[in-house]
Amino acid sequence: MPKQRSTRDLSLIRRLIRSGKRNETLFIATGLAALALAVLTFLALFIDMLIDGSPRLTAEFFSNYASRKAEKAGILAAWVGTFTVMLVTAAVAVPLGVMSGIYLEEYAPKNRFTDLIEININNLAGVPSIVYGLLALGMFVHTFGMGASVATAGLTLALLILPVVIVATRESIRAIPGSIREAAYALGATRWQTVQHHVLPYSMPGILTGVIIGLSRAIGETAPIVIIGAVTFIAFLPGSPVQSAPPFISFDWLSAPFTAMPIQIFNWTSRPDAAFQANASAAALVLVAMTVVMNGLAIWLRYRLRRNIKW
Amino acid sequence: MSCKLRFSALIGVLALAGCQQDGTDQTAAPPAAAMSTIQIDGSSTVFPITEAVAEEYQAQPGAARVTVGVSGTGGGFKKFCRGESDISNASRPIQKSEMAACAENGVEYFELPVAFDALTVVIHPDNDFAQAMSVDELKTLWQPAAQGEVMRWNQVNPAWPDEPISLYGAGADSGTFDYFTEAVVGKAKSSRGDFTASEDDNVLVQGISGDVNAIGYFGYAYYAENTDKLRAVAIANGADQEAVYPSPKAVIDGTYQPLSRPMFIYVSKASFARPEVKAFIDFYFDNIAVLAEETKNVPLPAAAYDQVRQHLVDGRVGTVFKGEPATAITIEELLARDAGL
Repeated sequence: MPKQRSTRDLSLIRRLIRSGKRNETLFIATGLAALALAVLTFLALFIDMLIDGSPRLTAEFFSNYASRKAEKAGILAAWVGTFTVMLVTAAVAVPLGVMSGIYLEEYAPKNRFTDLIEININNLAGVPSIVYGLLALGMFVHTFGMGASVATAGLTLALLILPVVIVATRESIRAIPGSIREAAYALGATRWQTVQHHVLPYSMPGILTGVIIGLSRAIGETAPIVIIGAVTFIAFLPGSPVQSAPPFISFDWLSAPFTAMPIQIFNWTSRPDAAFQANASAAALVLVAMTVVMNGLAIWLRYRLRRNIKW
Repeated sequence: MSCKLRFSALIGVLALAGCQQDGTDQTAAPPAAAMSTIQIDGSSTVFPITEAVAEEYQAQPGAARVTVGVSGTGGGFKKFCRGESDISNASRPIQKSEMAACAENGVEYFELPVAFDALTVVIHPDNDFAQAMSVDELKTLWQPAAQGEVMRWNQVNPAWPDEPISLYGAGADSGTFDYFTEAVVGKAKSSRGDFTASEDDNVLVQGISGDVNAIGYFGYAYYAENTDKLRAVAIANGADQEAVYPSPKAVIDGTYQPLSRPMFIYVSKASFARPEVKAFIDFYFDNIAVLAEETKNVPLPAAAYDQVRQHLVDGRVGTVFKGEPATAITIEELLARDAGL
């Protein structure tokens, strides 16, 4: 009798193990399929772009302005426009977003008002980008009279990614153990000293990730900058920020008209002449490369900063 | 660490400075503040012509800076009447509401026809029965009442086979949609809704070239670039008239009706007083004949351009269309109206 029972138990356990393993295999297969779907789609698109666009990636393609002749057309105005706009976006969104995040997490009292702000910030992250474009058109372009300039576009995209930066900052600050802060206070540090010497450096990797996710979103945005009135054809660059004559630094480039990579790509894909499709692919490759470089920079910085954290 | 970080930031700033410098050297133009920019906006249909002119104009030494945007004919007029642009591209004449907006802001303008486009009805190249259609047949197919009803070719013309029709057309925000519905159905924006609509004409080209039962319409340039994938339909303006294929020649001699449409630029009178704008407009009309043809549009006869330019000399502002659409108008009729301004 006892022997019989133990074999029955054993077969029950075996069955249990078998079904567990089966489920695991099933899960792995589903997960792999999901991953393959995403990766293969991207690969197919990327390889297609590479085949169409790579012959166009010459030095002239980067140093020529747009042209009605496909073989002469380049992306100079577009990449400089995207670069300068992203510079303004980062310069505005990063300090504002990080400081808001720190304040909300480290200083703000927990009450209904801050709860309301938190809900609103999370909601703002989901607002369609064209709404930011309309807001910017009314506020920056018409009310403030800033025109369709690099500064307007930079501010618009900064507003767009601000919620992402704030949320990322708060998440990474929250991940720092309370004991670190308590230790700092125990040694007589003020709140700001605690933030400056401990909280901020330790949360920097997470903040950077958030900033890069935001900027990667902003770099591909077309709708808001079209709404504020970015031009399609432009054959000059914003003024140089460095001058030979005093005061040596010029901010004229902020008020210059511009175009951006997504606008250039869209314009080329909608042309009747098929030769422009290759240009569009090449420009899209450059845009992907710009995003990859930005992400690579973030990963590198994160790695370097993490090395310095010793708890 | 912090030292290295600062160093990399410095490199970033230097790289920016470097690329800015390179760019400025290339244009070899004076600093931005010293020169004004000519701002152009408006129709995507007229964009290729104005872009070609702007490109050639800026290749000259000492030329002013020109930017060309695309926000549609309506969007362009909105900016133009607020005084935010100097020149507005338009694939239709200015409308009453836009005239009022311009008048309110004291914006006076010269209305300058620059070229014609032949709106082209296209089918799949394997379709050999619908090579010619009358405007009435097009109306039967495209009017709002046809929605869900006229779904097969033999319902349009009993001589045609009992095969399904798939329809492709311009998106509702485009001037092309406005013009086609006005010319074919008789009322702007009055169309059946069950067709594949796209603002991007290349999408329509792809769709029609891959569908034996397809029919659609768009600007002549898109047909001219894809003659191997598409077949143009000859249009008969009335059942008793001969069907005419779209071509630059048929537009000029006025036989391709009612789908020949004029395209305009509107120049603000205040902007025209600036020497660089005047120089640009002069350059525009000196080169338009060649550049319109190059961008697959139909230039007006040389005498017509002279007549249009006389407006600028005489300072005759305003529109000859009084806010009405310019449908089924030949070049001669356009000029006759023009003379009466």
